[in-house]
Amino acid sequence: MTVNPSGWRPEAPTNDIDAAPATFTGNRALMLEEALLFEIGSIDRTGVDLDMHRIPAQAGTQSSAGTGHPPARVNESLLRTAPIGLPGLSEPEAVRHYTRLSRQNYGIDLGFFPLGSCTMKHNPRLNEKMARLPGFADLHPLTPVDGTQGALALIHLVGEWLKTLTGMPAIAMSPKAGAHGELCGLLAIRAAHEAGGDARKTILVPESAHGTNPATAAFAGYAVESIPATAEGRVDLDALKAKLSTDVAGVMITNPNTCGLFERDMIAIADAIHAVGAYLYCDGANFNAIVGSVRPGDLGVDAMHINLHKTFSTPHGGGGPGSGPVVFSAALAPFAPLPFVEQHGEKFVLVEEETAREEHHEKAFGRMAAFHGQMGMFVRAAAYMMSHGADGLRQVSEDAVLSANYILRSLEDLLDAPFAASGPCMHEALFSDDGMAPGFSTLDIAKGLIDEGFHPMTMYFPLVVHGAMLIEPTETESKAALDQFIGALRSVAERAKAGDPVLKAAPIHAPRRRLDETAAARKPVLVYKDKPLAAAAE
Amino acid sequence: MRYLPLQPEDREAMLGVIGASSVDDLFVDVPAAARLDGPIRDLPMHQSEQAVERQLTALARKNQAAGDQPFFLGAGAYRHHVPASVDHIIQRGEFLTSYTPYQPEIAQGTLQALFEFQTQVARLFGCDVANASMYDGSTACWEAIVMARRITKRGKAILSGGLHPHYVSVCKTMARFTGDVLETSLPSLEGSAEKEMAKLIAAVDTETSCVVVQNPGILGRIADLSELAAACHAKGALLVAVVTEPVSLGLIKSPGEMGADIVVGEGQSIGVGLNFGGPYVGLFACADKHVRQMPGRLAGETVDAAGQRGFVLTLSTREQHIRREKATSNICTNSGLCALAFTVHMTLLGEKGLRDLATLNHALAVEAAEVLTKVPGVELVSDSFFNEFTLRLPKEARPVVRHMAEKGVLGGVSLGRLYPGVEALEKGLVVAVTETTTQDDVQALAAALEEALA
Repeated sequence: MTVNPSGWRPEAPTNDIDAAPATFTGNRALMLEEALLFEIGSIDRTGVDLDMHRIPAQAGTQSSAGTGHPPARVNESLLRTAPIGLPGLSEPEAVRHYTRLSRQNYGIDLGFFPLGSCTMKHNPRLNEKMARLPGFADLHPLTPVDGTQGALALIHLVGEWLKTLTGMPAIAMSPKAGAHGELCGLLAIRAAHEAGGDARKTILVPESAHGTNPATAAFAGYAVESIPATAEGRVDLDALKAKLSTDVAGVMITNPNTCGLFERDMIAIADAIHAVGAYLYCDGANFNAIVGSVRPGDLGVDAMHINLHKTFSTPHGGGGPGSGPVVFSAALAPFAPLPFVEQHGEKFVLVEEETAREEHHEKAFGRMAAFHGQMGMFVRAAAYMMSHGADGLRQVSEDAVLSANYILRSLEDLLDAPFAASGPCMHEALFSDDGMAPGFSTLDIAKGLIDEGFHPMTMYFPLVVHGAMLIEPTETESKAALDQFIGALRSVAERAKAGDPVLKAAPIHAPRRRLDETAAARKPVLVYKDKPLAAAAE
Repeated sequence: MRYLPLQPEDREAMLGVIGASSVDDLFVDVPAAARLDGPIRDLPMHQSEQAVERQLTALARKNQAAGDQPFFLGAGAYRHHVPASVDHIIQRGEFLTSYTPYQPEIAQGTLQALFEFQTQVARLFGCDVANASMYDGSTACWEAIVMARRITKRGKAILSGGLHPHYVSVCKTMARFTGDVLETSLPSLEGSAEKEMAKLIAAVDTETSCVVVQNPGILGRIADLSELAAACHAKGALLVAVVTEPVSLGLIKSPGEMGADIVVGEGQSIGVGLNFGGPYVGLFACADKHVRQMPGRLAGETVDAAGQRGFVLTLSTREQHIRREKATSNICTNSGLCALAFTVHMTLLGEKGLRDLATLNHALAVEAAEVLTKVPGVELVSDSFFNEFTLRLPKEARPVVRHMAEKGVLGGVSLGRLYPGVEALEKGLVVAVTETTTQDDVQALAAALEEALA
C-alpha cells in the first residue's frame, strides 16, 4: 500500500485517457454507458397504467387476449397468441434509458453544428410551445372543415408568407420533406407537359447537385443527365445549352449552389431553359442564404421546394420530420397537387379531390400524402416567420452570408478553398483536403473537430471537390462561437498537414471511437436478436 | 432581434476581416435586378414572443380539438393517450436539435434509439427487419409497391378495396407518372373480409407484382391474410400489408405471421398524436432477403476502434446520396423524432401494456357498437373489427356528421367524406373508439345520432 506522506491529495492524474484505469461500470463520470432496451426490459414490465377496470368481464383480473375471454369481434383464430417480444420499462427506467441515450448525441443546443447544406440553426422553443397547443396538436385531419378554420388559416398564412418571400404566385403545402417537395415539383412539370401532349423524358441535373435531385427525377419516371460545372464552381451555361432540347422536361438547379456560390447566370439559365419549353426547378435547400434578400421568382424559377426544417428553424430531430412546401410559377400553378387551402372571403376552404373541379383546379396532378402536410411544422415555421418579420428575415440571410464569408477568409490561408478567388461565398464556405499530409484527409479533420467539441462540417460533398468540407455556420452563432471554431479548425488542420498520428485515432473523447462502417454493411445486424423470448421475460 | 447573436460591432469586425465595406458586397453575384433594396413589403416586421404567442393561440382556439368534445374520428389517424414522459424525452435538445446521424461517434443516442425502433417495428409487424422510418403510412405504401416492382420485375399491383382511399389516391398519383398499373376497387357495405380476400385471391396472376391489403380495412374489418399470402406466392407475387392502427397488433395476428412479405404502416397511433395530419411516421418492414431493396435509412450494429459495440447508418449504397438516380428511393429526411416518440411510447407500454391497451380499445369499441346499434335505424356493417367499425345510417352520413359537429359531437368519419360521390357508400359512418373514449362520450354520440336521424 502506498502512503501519501504529505497527507494531502496526490498529484493530479494525467490527461491521457488511454492510461485512465477502466471503471467497474464502463462509465466515465457523466459519460454513461447504456445497454439496449432488449437487454434491460422485460415483456411483463410496463410504464403505463391503463384503466383496465373499464372492461367489466375482466375487472380485477390480469387476464388478457387468449386467456379464455375471447374478444367479441375478432375471430379467435386471428388472435395474437405468440409472444411479440416487446420489452417494457417502468417510467423511471424508461426516462433514464432515453435520457442517457440523449447524452450520447450532439445537438445545436449543445454547440456549433456547421453541417453544410443542412442549415443547423437555433430551434426557438416558442415554436415547440405553439405546435403543442391542443387546437393544433390534438386536431384530427378529417374533422369537419368548419371545425378546422384556425388550422386552415394557419396553413394559408404560412403559404402566403412563403409566396411573398419567394415572389411566386402558388404553393403546395403537402410535401413531407425536401425530397418529397422535389418530387412534387417534378410531377407538376410532368403534368404540365403531358397536358400539352408533350411527353418529355429527361431531367438535367448539375453534377454538384444533392443526391436527392437525380434520385427524385428517376422516382418521377425521368431519365437523368448531368451537366458539368465551370472551374469556378458554377453551372456551365454553354454546356447546359448544348444539352437542352425539346426532350428536356426540366432542369434542377440549386441556387445558391452546393459549392456555396450564387449562380450568377441564373436569369440566362432560366431563359435558355424556357426557350426550349422546359421548366426551371430550383432546389431550395439553400434558401437561408437569400431569404428576405432575393426572391427566386425574380430569377425565372418555375418551382422550388422550401425546407422548413432548414430556413424556417423547425427542428431536425435526428433526421426529421421535415416539411417541403413547393412554390410554383403561374405556368405550373394549375398543376399543383391536392389538397390545398383557399380563402373565400372570411372562410377557408380545403380543396380536395371532390372540390377540385368546381374550384377550377381540375388540372391538379393528384395527392402526394394521406392528409394535408406537416401541420406541426407549419405552426413552428409560422412562429419563426412572425418572430423575425420581413426585417428579421433579411437580417437572417445577411448574417448567414456574413458568417460564412468570415469563416472562408479566416481559413483560406491554411485550407485550400477552391473557389475563393472567384468572389464571396453565400451562406457556406467550401474547402478541399488539398495539402494534407499523405494518408490524411477530410475524415481525420472531422473526427478531430469532434474531440474539440464541435459537430463536423459536411464531408465529401459536393462531389465536384476533392475531400470537400462544406461549412455552414448559419446566422445563429455569435462571433465568439465562430472564432472558437476557426481556432479549433486551424489547430486540427495544422495537425493534419503535419501528419500527427494521434489525429488518426480521433475522436478519443467521444462516447465512441471511430466505428467500423464496413463491418456493419458486410454483415448487417439491423434488429436485436435475443436469447429465446422466454428467457427475456425472466 | 432575439434569435440573432451578432451585434453591430461584430458585423463591422467581420466585414473588416473579409475585406468588404458592407454586406452588400457579399451579394455581388446576385443580378442587381433581383436584389431587394430593403425588407420585403407586404409582410409584418419582427414581433415579440408574446405577440406571436397571442396570435397563434387565437388561431388554435378556432379549431375543434379532439379533447374538447366527444370524439370518434379515426380512418387512418387515431387519438390515443400519450404518456407525458414521451414528450419530455423528444424535447431534450440532444434529440430535438440533432441531425441525421452521419457522425456516429457523437450520435449514438439517435442511432441506438433507431435500432430499438427498427427492432420494435419488425417484431410488431412479425417481420425480420424494419427501416428507420418513412414520412407516413401513405408514402410508405407507395414505396412498398415500388419495392415489389423491383423485386418481382412486374408492373401491376392489386389494391384491396379496404385500403384507405387517400393511400389509394397517393398511389394513383404516382402510378400515373411511373407507368405502374394499379387495379383498384371500392369497399362494400354488403361485403365481408372473407369476400374481399376471395376476390383478391381470384385476381392475383403471374403479371402481379403485389397485392396490397390493409388490415384492419378502412371499414374496420379484420381479415385472415394467410390464404391470400399463399395465393400471391403461388403466382410469384408479393403480399404487401398496410396497418394504419398499430395498436391493433397487440390483439390480432401480425401480417408477417400471416405471410405478408412487406408490411408498412402509419405509426401515428403510438407516441405521435393527431397533429391535423402531420408529422406522422411511416413504418416499413420486410423479410431479410429483401433488405437491399428497401427504401430509407437503416441503423446497424457494429464495433468501434476500441472494440465497443456501437451503431451506424448502414447499407447506404441503396440511398440517394450514394447511388443518386439508381437509389431505391429519393427519401432523405424521414420522421426521426416521431420514430423516437413511437419507440419511447412502445417502451413504456411494453408487450403487456400493448396487449392491455389493445384489449381495452377492443372491449370499449364492442361496447360502443352495442350502444350505437340500438339507435333506431342504425346497423353495424363490420362483422369483425378492432377499435373501429362502420355503421350504416338510414340516411346519408355526411350531413349527419356535420350536424353532430355543430352540436359538439365529433361522431366519426362519413364514407361520403372519404368516397365523395359514391352512392353505395354514402350512408356509411366509420366510428373509432379508443381508451380516451368515455361511456359518457358514447352516450352523447348515441343521443346526437338519434337526434340527427329523427
